[in-house]
Amino acid sequence: MVKRFHEKAGKYQKAVCAAISIFAFVCIWQMAVAFTKAGLVLAGPIETLGAFFTAILHPIGTHTIEGHILWSLGRVLIGFAFGSLAGTVLGILMGWFKPVSALLRPIFELLRPIPPIAWIPLSIVWFGLGEMSKYFLIFYSAFCAVTMNAYSGVRSVDPELMGAARMLGANNRQVFTSIVLPSCIPHIFAGLQIAVGTSWATVVAAEMVRSSEGVGWVIIKGQDSNSTVQILVGIVAIGIVGYILAVAMRAIEARLCRWSVRGK
Amino acid sequence: MEENNIILHVDHMTKNFGELKVLNDVSFDVHRGEFLCIVGPTGCGKTTFLNCITGLYDLTGGQILVEGEPVDTKKHNIAYIFQEYSTMSWLTVEENVAFGLKMKKKPKDVIAREVAEVLEMVGLTKYKDYYPVELSTSMLQRVVIARAFAVKPDILLMDEPYGQLDVELRFRLEDELIKLWQKLGTTVIFITHNIEEAVYLSENILVLTNKPTSIKSKLENSLPRPRNVVDADFIEMRNQVTELIKWW
Repeated sequence: MVKRFHEKAGKYQKAVCAAISIFAFVCIWQMAVAFTKAGLVLAGPIETLGAFFTAILHPIGTHTIEGHILWSLGRVLIGFAFGSLAGTVLGILMGWFKPVSALLRPIFELLRPIPPIAWIPLSIVWFGLGEMSKYFLIFYSAFCAVTMNAYSGVRSVDPELMGAARMLGANNRQVFTSIVLPSCIPHIFAGLQIAVGTSWATVVAAEMVRSSEGVGWVIIKGQDSNSTVQILVGIVAIGIVGYILAVAMRAIEARLCRWSVRGK
Repeated sequence: MEENNIILHVDHMTKNFGELKVLNDVSFDVHRGEFLCIVGPTGCGKTTFLNCITGLYDLTGGQILVEGEPVDTKKHNIAYIFQEYSTMSWLTVEENVAFGLKMKKKPKDVIAREVAEVLEMVGLTKYKDYYPVELSTSMLQRVVIARAFAVKPDILLMDEPYGQLDVELRFRLEDELIKLWQKLGTTVIFITHNIEEAVYLSENILVLTNKPTSIKSKLENSLPRPRNVVDADFIEMRNQVTELIKWW
């Protein structure tokens, strides 16, 4: 009862602190625009929010802002889903089977430090200017983050747990399915959390290069028309959606990993 | 005791790690349903001793027979309780206790019945749907003990399971262990560096020497139960073991 009270009070305190911090940021932004030369090159928060709400009803280009967000989210969803799936499988295989690790890990370690945007020119050459090149870039960014985490998840399974399972009669296959896979779920979720952020950042970059819709397109068109308000509308949309994705991912983890300290 | 009642026969067990001789020509028998405590100086190789019995380490010399056959964890029903609380954090208390029975592909109704019985014995029925992260240290250790007893092992090996607990908790769990052992008749081999614990729990005490480890003495402990640690006979037995274990 007391613990629950403290938990509730803690959540309330956190929400108040977050509100104060965002409010203070907006105030500083408004004052900077109103009282300094920053106002010449930067739209204020009131103007930006006004333009954002206007964009919900009135299209920028061919879509309203939520339409652009949905386009970007659709691209992220496809690339993220395939990248995460492939990353989870490869990470687990590299972690559990030594020959797979010996064969593939050196290549993976070479590819991992290369940022997704470095692949933009090649992806356009390989897949053209359409959707495939964007899916590829998002796939790559999610794949790297999830593979590494799934791999380290398998490598860090407590050997004593595996010993205990073997003692209780588990064979190798049962140790893998009953101990190794569940043990690395929190690591995989940590990777997914990173991947969702990098995928979202990558789609924006990909759309800025070539697209006719999406939040990246909103920003680049704002630059073309010298409209800082439109650029900021795109940036606000990126921030809000990125935040919602991170919260949603944490909520899914908390629901699926009630047993994990990370899931708390 | 009768010869045919021997469940574990350790015959000239020797284990070297490279040049280092850890176990040196160790021989002893354990009878079915016996509660054997193994004590020895710190670092004398007690855990190596258990790891050889479980087959985790290959022997350099000698042999270990369970019911007349070389030890094989796939064939023989041996459970091992480690120093750390090796609970599966993604499983509830009930699922943790059922783990071994599921691995052995027991029928669902048998699993449900046996798990309920063991949970009742260790007083965890109320907490069966809790996850390990929600439990106290003593409860975690009870889950591990319940999980080991649930598979009704022929031999239960315990490696200083209460080494990290405070005195009060240790006494409580020791009493619970005795009750489980008496009720289920499991053969228990319990390693400890705590002489009082060994005298409190055991029917027989195996005293080991410093490295290279061999058996210094095997004592029969026929003190009546329930035992009292301040009883004169208890203290005398404890002193006797202390004298044997002294290396200073």
